[in-house]
Amino acid sequence: MSAWLEAGFVTHRPRAIAALTRVFRNIDLAEEAFADACVKAVADWPRTGTPTDPFAWLLTVARNAGLDRVRKTTRRSAILDRNAEWLKMQDIDEPDLPDPNAVRDDVLRLLFICCHPALARQDQLALALKVVAGLSVPEIARAFLVKPKTMEQRLTRAKRTIAANTVPFETPSPQDRARRLGEVSLMVYLMFNEGWSTSGGDAQIRLSLCNEAIRLARLLLELFPGMSEQAALLALLLFQHARHPARMDDRGTLLTLEQQDRGLWDRAAINEAVSLLQKAERSGQSAPYQIQAAIAAVHALAPTAQQTDWHKIEALYAALYALQPTPVVRLNWIAAIAKIQGADVALDEMAALEEPLAGYRWFHTMRAAFLAETGQAQAAHAAYETALTLAPTGPERTIIQRNMVACQENL
Amino acid sequence: MMYSVLIYSEAGVFDQLPKEAQDRVMAGHQALQKALGARGDFMSVKLMPPSSAVTVEPAATPESPPLVVDGPFADTKEAFLGFYAAEFANLDEALEHARMISSPIARIEVRPIAWAGGVMSSEPQNVGVA
Repeated sequence: MSAWLEAGFVTHRPRAIAALTRVFRNIDLAEEAFADACVKAVADWPRTGTPTDPFAWLLTVARNAGLDRVRKTTRRSAILDRNAEWLKMQDIDEPDLPDPNAVRDDVLRLLFICCHPALARQDQLALALKVVAGLSVPEIARAFLVKPKTMEQRLTRAKRTIAANTVPFETPSPQDRARRLGEVSLMVYLMFNEGWSTSGGDAQIRLSLCNEAIRLARLLLELFPGMSEQAALLALLLFQHARHPARMDDRGTLLTLEQQDRGLWDRAAINEAVSLLQKAERSGQSAPYQIQAAIAAVHALAPTAQQTDWHKIEALYAALYALQPTPVVRLNWIAAIAKIQGADVALDEMAALEEPLAGYRWFHTMRAAFLAETGQAQAAHAAYETALTLAPTGPERTIIQRNMVACQENL
Repeated sequence: MMYSVLIYSEAGVFDQLPKEAQDRVMAGHQALQKALGARGDFMSVKLMPPSSAVTVEPAATPESPPLVVDGPFADTKEAFLGFYAAEFANLDEALEHARMISSPIARIEVRPIAWAGGVMSSEPQNVGVA
């Protein structure tokens, strides 16, 4: 029975922890109080029946439990002063829900606290996984391929850092809210990429990062259903994730889009992504996640790799570059140009990126592929060698080495 | 009479269940689909998450067009996730079938159908985007 209940606790957790953090101004206390409420629910609900509004019940019980804990500490007076009215012990039978708009800002604030600029990116992700998603420390440690002990220390340090650099708890201004949403969306996007890029580890384990990123993207869209970029972000992640069953062969070798068995792609995920993208496109704006989702849609909807509409992809990358003129976007744009105008043109266009992307291994593998395509096997071999020095993942290394052998055969 | 078997749950809870519990829920649906298939025509609908929805709000005045808005807005309470529709001899028989898909995470509502039309089926497949 408790497994069924716990599944529900996980879905309530972000809003509950967020609301409790606003009251207690302390993430640890919020987590402890919510855990207390879950323990009580597991004990009570099978006997009394599930309450009509489980979220309200959990929040009320957690608030009371937190208050109990506060009473035993010196933090008490400040917290009581701040919330004197609200912090009376609440009657479980008559729980009152906080305003959904306030909870929405609470969740956003909590995620925004997690992506505090004083924290390293990986620690931001780890903190969000722990506090918001409710993953255990060993689970997070596994996802980042470190020892649980190490992760525990990193999380403790991260919490100490954010405690010293507080984010205001007042209702944010519209500008602040937009900025927070932008930062938090980027964190979700990077969490997915962290899982997707399988940096040196077991792909199956890393999938949990992708799944949690998708859950957070869903949460953001639930909270901000009118924001087309939130629908687009979720669409983008779903398009990408739909390909994971086809991404590797039986021996764990990464397969390119051309090589993948498209019959293995998750059609249900693609359909949902399409419907979300259509919703986003209704806004009439063209924003970065939406363009990236539209690019992913072209791939997802092409029946075969040969039928990919590269002209559409090229135009979309041009639009993305107008919004985000970064070397990496330019590189992807050039990859699309190569499909239309050939490797020679692409190599010319890439020359300008040589300096800004010197440390980017994909620049070198792409350049190597174009060099090989245009019969410059020796230069291609050298470019692959450079890529090998830039810490490729295990599966990538295998492919690079295979391509190097092919280059040598063509010398 | 035709009855509908309506499924309400908190969106996303199913995905958080351990594998065994998910299998149990799915086994219930497979059993129901098999039983209904053996009896004749039926319809089953699984909806995408509420976040994929767009709402057509009633027009403010009879002259103005209805308002199309994103959402429904965030609500942690249960959502309408899908339904079955089939012919049953009576309420007892409909309830007997509804019990097959009962689980701790779902509330199942059995409601008689006043009118039904159309025939359709769909499997996830390639769809178009503008």
